[in-house]
Amino acid sequence: MRSYARKTRSGAVALALAGAFGLLSACGGAGGGKAGGGLQAPPGGSLAGMPGATGSASPSMPGMDMPTPSGRAGGGTQAPPVAGNAVVIKGFAFAPAALTVKAGAKVTWTNKDSDAHTVTSQGSGGPLNSAAMNTGDTFSYTFAKPGTYRYLCTIHPFMTATVTVTP
Amino acid sequence: MTRRQLMRHAGWFGGAVVLSVAGGEVISHIADHHDQVAAAAASDPNALRFVQVSDSHIGFDGPANTDVTGSFEHALDRINSLGFRPDFVMHTGDLTHLSTPAQFDQVKQMLSTARTERVFVVPGEHDAVGDGGRAYLRTFGANTSGDGWYSFDTHGVHFLALVNTLSLEKAGHLGPEQIDFVRKDLAAVKPDTPVVVFSHIPLFAMYPQWGWSTDDALQVIAMLRRFSSVTCLNGHVHQLFTKTEGNITFHSATTTAYPLPAPGHAPAPTPQVLPARQLEDALGIRTVAYREGDQALALKEERLT
Ligand SMILES: [Cu+2]
Ligand SMILES: [Fe+2]
Ligand SMILES: [Fe+2]
Repeated sequence: MRSYARKTRSGAVALALAGAFGLLSACGGAGGGKAGGGLQAPPGGSLAGMPGATGSASPSMPGMDMPTPSGRAGGGTQAPPVAGNAVVIKGFAFAPAALTVKAGAKVTWTNKDSDAHTVTSQGSGGPLNSAAMNTGDTFSYTFAKPGTYRYLCTIHPFMTATVTVTP
Repeated sequence: MTRRQLMRHAGWFGGAVVLSVAGGEVISHIADHHDQVAAAAASDPNALRFVQVSDSHIGFDGPANTDVTGSFEHALDRINSLGFRPDFVMHTGDLTHLSTPAQFDQVKQMLSTARTERVFVVPGEHDAVGDGGRAYLRTFGANTSGDGWYSFDTHGVHFLALVNTLSLEKAGHLGPEQIDFVRKDLAAVKPDTPVVVFSHIPLFAMYPQWGWSTDDALQVIAMLRRFSSVTCLNGHVHQLFTKTEGNITFHSATTTAYPLPAPGHAPAPTPQVLPARQLEDALGIRTVAYREGDQALALKEERLT
């Protein structure tokens, strides 16, 4: 990386090795003798990957489509404090990171970052499952049942937070 | 950066690893008496020579890099002008930024311009946004097992390509099915065969606070202990980092998209905005060379400047 490189440039070891590689680039000729590439799949299997620009042909790749993540919104809110129903995503963090609402409350997340994020329950089977939210996008969910709901952003899994729903 | 800061950074690399610069290129290598041998491998046309590229994040659009497509094109140009044709190119994930069909289409087309026999990939968490990796597997999953893992051999080296991003929570996760695949796969490999393991998220605990680790990797690490030489190459952290644990050396690669902060040097691992010239310095590709009979692989880092 830049800073390491800049610093080691003056190091004695760096100079010693620079000599060795300098010699190399002078005598490194074009490759040959391995035209087939010699890449081998495991016994009984086929080679993964895809051919490079100079590689041999392989099976064509099928197209793709995208499933739509679900997310429930709407429903009768019970009107706890308004501020308590909103989570802002900013600076790669959920704020507040711990939100408490009453059962039946509809919580809305708003992405105020330049990067995309998701609101996704931790563990399997959780109720929160937003699509990728771009700047300005919102996602809402109405919490019917009391409990602690842990969630994260699947794009940046270090972003974690909780919603606690009280009866 | 002050000298004292450098010393702290140097500590990250452990005592055995040295980064050095030749002709504007950073070279990281194990500092031992095999330097000459490793250097010779890099210029030997009969040696194995491959390229690792990582974290292209096609589709990212932010101040940290307003032209990730141009940067990745630049990286491919470098691959195509190395002076030799690499045996293969491995992209270690975060091919796309948001896993959209258009992003997968674009990165696949770009990768297919690499002048090499074959292009391999493993998925990053950005390649599994919203669908658990289904679009990724449709694009790149041909001839793979389970959720996209596979192995292959060339030049007397055994390669494993693992997937630790499709069922992750806070950290990377391999899962029992994949660990079982590794056990069976390695059973037939002789202990003196060099083994190279690719994954997106590091298999070592680089910085668990930011999820830069794989929660069940130790089960695989245990299986790799019986081999004389193991090299684990990962992406995800967008910066160079090397660590040796006995017979296993871990090398994190840099990115072609945007840098992330050094562990603990920021509140969170968010894209770092650098002046344009410094951005190019932080981006790069890695070439790896190995000659049969040598003890270790030789790594060479090239910046995109
Ligand atoms: Cu996020
Ligand atoms: Fe990445
Ligand atoms: Fe990643």
